[in-house]
Amino acid sequence: MDQQAIFLTFRLATLTTLILLAISIPLGYWLAYSGARWKALVEAAVALPLVLPPTVLGFYLLVLMAPRTAPGRAVSAIFGHPLAFSFAGLVVGSVLFSLPFAVQPVTAGFRSIDREILEAAELLSHDRGRILVRVLLPLVRPFLLTAAVLAFTHTVGEFGVVLMIGGNIPGVTRTLSISIYDQVQDFAYAQANHTALLLLGLSFLALLIIYGRRGRAGV
Amino acid sequence: MSDYLQVDVGHTLGELSLRVSCALSAPWTVLFGPSGAGKTSLLRVIGGLTRPDRGRVVLHGRTLADTEKGAWVPPGQRAIGFVTQRPTLFPHINVTANVSFGLSGLDRRSCKERVGEMLELFHVGQLAKRMPGDLSGGEKQRVALARALAPGPRLLLLDEPFTGMDADLKVSILQQLTKWLTEREVPALYVSHDVAEAFQTAADVVVIDHGQIQAHGPAREVLASRREQLLRQLGEGTE
Repeated sequence: MDQQAIFLTFRLATLTTLILLAISIPLGYWLAYSGARWKALVEAAVALPLVLPPTVLGFYLLVLMAPRTAPGRAVSAIFGHPLAFSFAGLVVGSVLFSLPFAVQPVTAGFRSIDREILEAAELLSHDRGRILVRVLLPLVRPFLLTAAVLAFTHTVGEFGVVLMIGGNIPGVTRTLSISIYDQVQDFAYAQANHTALLLLGLSFLALLIIYGRRGRAGV
Repeated sequence: MSDYLQVDVGHTLGELSLRVSCALSAPWTVLFGPSGAGKTSLLRVIGGLTRPDRGRVVLHGRTLADTEKGAWVPPGQRAIGFVTQRPTLFPHINVTANVSFGLSGLDRRSCKERVGEMLELFHVGQLAKRMPGDLSGGEKQRVALARALAPGPRLLLLDEPFTGMDADLKVSILQQLTKWLTEREVPALYVSHDVAEAFQTAADVVVIDHGQIQAHGPAREVLASRREQLLRQLGEGTE
């Protein structure tokens, strides 16, 4: 099995999951409680990767990251190198591609909290951070777990976006799914089978965690 | 007590059109009216849980809301305690943590003392370590009262908090509550359907129906002059 690809994939998935959790808490909170008219626009944008072919997202990201374009030059200036075909570029692509898998469960978690509990907290404290940390986040914890598991496994399994913006550079952008593709191209079916089994087992375990938790909660 | 609360607001919510203008001065005012009359909506506007479409709310000379001037004080900065009919304790933390939630700025020892004092006031000191899920409805309600009073509010809003509570316990809790409020000169606005209770406890009564104040004055005067109408309205509202 491609050890390098395993390490790279899990490093990518861990980083992506942490970034997505950090994004999904404020974004999910806003989507759950904001009365802004343009909220539907943001919701649609967040959900876009669910329906968009990964190659489309990958193509536009590649254009944005290319050093010849103005946004690409700006991004290069920030990171010190072009993002296309780099690990940092993969992280950006993975975050965007897995965004709905993290944001939607967290938003659902905030929406599931009884409005009167939130109001009781607002009457007792004007500190939004205190309300978030001491009341809301503990109540959405199961939803955060779901978001983390989904974001992690979805990142581990992504292919189209990775191939478009990362290419296939061993140790830099070659993830497990790309590795399977390579192995099949090389007729190395036994190796491909081992790698595929790893991904299959991981995906099943993730779903088992989610459904097992729901079963215990009686949902 | 001079006027502590001035309310002059208009707010439309669904079929209810709330148009209220009044000044409250009595330490214990009962808000009467049939279901859907606008009692809860009025309390929510005063507490800051609902932004009125127009008008202003002034508590102890401090403007809490003024739509013309764009003034708005969020609920957590109003120093108002609010206890609703359905106790909404934070389900993931124990009774002590619930009651201490509003006590920011106190050191640990003072916080512990205050929580203990509040729990004893409502005879729930023995429940300090229990989780809300393990409490009966009446116990939850008493913890909710303790939580609302712990930060030392300047006004207490009570939206039928004793519904379903045992009659003797209710009398006992009311006595403790009114004593505590009187000692600290904290006024209360109390929604109730119980006419007898209003006679016993209220200094003033506000009668509200269809979102508008129908009568406001000393309890005996209001209830004597409008007894038949009130009983009819309350009968219709609870059917």
